[in-house]
Amino acid sequence: MQIILIGLNHKTAPVHIRETLAFSKDDITETIDSLIQDSTFSEICILSTCNRVEILVVTELSEKNAELQIMEKWLSFLSAYRQVTVTDIKPLFYVHHNLNAVRHLFRVAASLDSMVIGEPQILGQIKEAYRLAVSKKSAGVLINRLLHRTFSVAKRVRSETGIGDHAVSISYAAIELGKKIFGTLEKKTVMLIGAGEMAELAVEHLIRHHVGTIYVVNRTFERGMQLASRFKGTALRFDELLDHLVNVDIVISSTGATECILSKNQMKKVMKRRKQHSIFFIDIAVPRDIDPDINQLENAYLYDIDDLQGVIDINVNQRKKEALRAERIIDEAVVRFEEWLRNLDIVPTIKALKHKLETITHFEIQKTCQTLQNESFDQLYPALELMGNAIMNKILHDPIQFLKGKGFHKDQSVGLDLTRRMFCLDDDIKPN
Amino acid sequence: MDLKSLSNILFALVLFLYALSTIWYLAFVAFQKKFLAQIGAGQLWAGFLCHTLLIIIAYFRIGHIPAHNLQYILSLTVWALVTVYFIFQFKLSIRMLGSLITPIATLILGVAYFLPKPDIVIDKQFESLWVSAHVITSLLGNGAFALAACVGVFYLIQQKAIKNKSRGFFYARLPSLESLDQAGYTCIALGFPMLTIGIMTGCIYAQIRWGHYWKWDPKEVWSAMTWLFYAAILHGRMALGWRGRRLASLAIVGIYLVIFTFLGVNFLLKGHHGDFTNF
Repeated sequence: MQIILIGLNHKTAPVHIRETLAFSKDDITETIDSLIQDSTFSEICILSTCNRVEILVVTELSEKNAELQIMEKWLSFLSAYRQVTVTDIKPLFYVHHNLNAVRHLFRVAASLDSMVIGEPQILGQIKEAYRLAVSKKSAGVLINRLLHRTFSVAKRVRSETGIGDHAVSISYAAIELGKKIFGTLEKKTVMLIGAGEMAELAVEHLIRHHVGTIYVVNRTFERGMQLASRFKGTALRFDELLDHLVNVDIVISSTGATECILSKNQMKKVMKRRKQHSIFFIDIAVPRDIDPDINQLENAYLYDIDDLQGVIDINVNQRKKEALRAERIIDEAVVRFEEWLRNLDIVPTIKALKHKLETITHFEIQKTCQTLQNESFDQLYPALELMGNAIMNKILHDPIQFLKGKGFHKDQSVGLDLTRRMFCLDDDIKPN
Repeated sequence: MDLKSLSNILFALVLFLYALSTIWYLAFVAFQKKFLAQIGAGQLWAGFLCHTLLIIIAYFRIGHIPAHNLQYILSLTVWALVTVYFIFQFKLSIRMLGSLITPIATLILGVAYFLPKPDIVIDKQFESLWVSAHVITSLLGNGAFALAACVGVFYLIQQKAIKNKSRGFFYARLPSLESLDQAGYTCIALGFPMLTIGIMTGCIYAQIRWGHYWKWDPKEVWSAMTWLFYAAILHGRMALGWRGRRLASLAIVGIYLVIFTFLGVNFLLKGHHGDFTNF
């Protein structure tokens, strides 16, 4: 039994290839359905996110180059399914085998392999991939065990290292700062000046943190109305801005204005009217909307896009440091999984051995019983002795053939040594 | 074992527990593991209970509140500080505060420990309950102001980090500006009535004992200035919106005033409180 993981990610493949190859949920179920027909694929799990496409396969193949065979089959399937040529995509894929596959999966789930280290979505995506595999019954003993172990490793990494601690996106960084200023964002009043994807995203994040009233200010009132209705807020005219700043806690600004729309002097007056309550400006616009000197006013905090980027850069480095600690946790988990895997190999062997001996014993007992029916009691002993000998000979037949050379092409002594140790034939060698 | 040697052992034990608590709290600052602060708090509680016992024993040995020499008054000051800290911790739960309060408590108590041990002098003039009330409320007030100053220091550090966009060691460790500001204000708002009661009970005792409420003694003058200073802070906060950096800075200035009124006046000026700084 072998574990093989084949995939590509943002480091190996450009985005247009990832887009072409990405799998929807339906694609995944369809693919599993078709691949599982092939007996080389015992267990399958497919993970597809915007940054990676990976297939995890457990195969019964015992050849050393099993991963190449699986790779061939997977690529030919892909080329047919997605109308791409094998030679184009082959170099983009990486193949991991057995423990390397396990390690890779652990690293992906712990978000060490992500574009943004420590981002939390990946674990959910792996869970979804596993759920699909379970629903298609393509997850067997190995994938079940491996995926559950993966989830617990990812959870451990998240709780024991600070890998997800620091915000690494503009809107998260803004929220983190807001929390450091206000404690809680609940019921805080937010004002959005202008529009723009990043600014709107930040407002959405704030809404998720249960902020209170949301004002939307826009030069074109209609556009403001649209945005306001999207955020369930209130649209304001541009000239109402200063009056409403008195009640606002967080200002997100993202206009196309070429000059500052709010000066230090204006804000100074507003601060007095606010009784010096703290106000937090997030200026995402380039060129900047808000006079940078406003940051010098007491209780006014201003972060522009570069400041936020600076925060993010520091946090990314912090996460990289934490990632080193995460690798150690993963190393440990891989070793533990390896132990489990080894035990898994022993179990069927023991079962088969037991079964073989049982069949032999059962057969001989049956045979002896049949002959005993007509015989008298004093012939019982020789009959049983005969039976015992027959059982012994049958059990030993294969091992003796094996020792005589059928099993070992090169070195007979290896087999002899193994047998002597296995049956404790030398007094001084005891099994542990 | 007589009460004197019991007191000595207890004093050393209190100092030891406070020092231990300091170590746990500093470890908490370094490693940010909650249990470290919890152990620190546990040690501080143990120390505080022993400290309370120590003060009760002293009370019964001399028959009035033990405040008539420097060692006793410093010990009582630390006790008041820790009391106020526990009361506020209950409400504010700023764990980092422990890391500032415990070293201060340990340091002051350490100084007190190495001062000469006072002889027991039964002084009838201190037996009045007015004296006990005066001492305890004044010291609790001082404790609250000290706490406000500690919170103020935290505020300034955190505010600087956010303003300058440079996150240092403390940025992640300190709570939000809003909660620090609120905490500082609460400390002053509760310390002020304590100080007021402290001054009033002092006046009443002066009337009973010396026949006058107010004599413009240096101690009285500086107490009045302290009182006015904190009254001004509270007024500024409520009427003019003094908050943030201004409040934090004033709280820090305030504690210098408190310390001068408390000890400086005794050493540098003269007055009828001279007794308690004898050693």
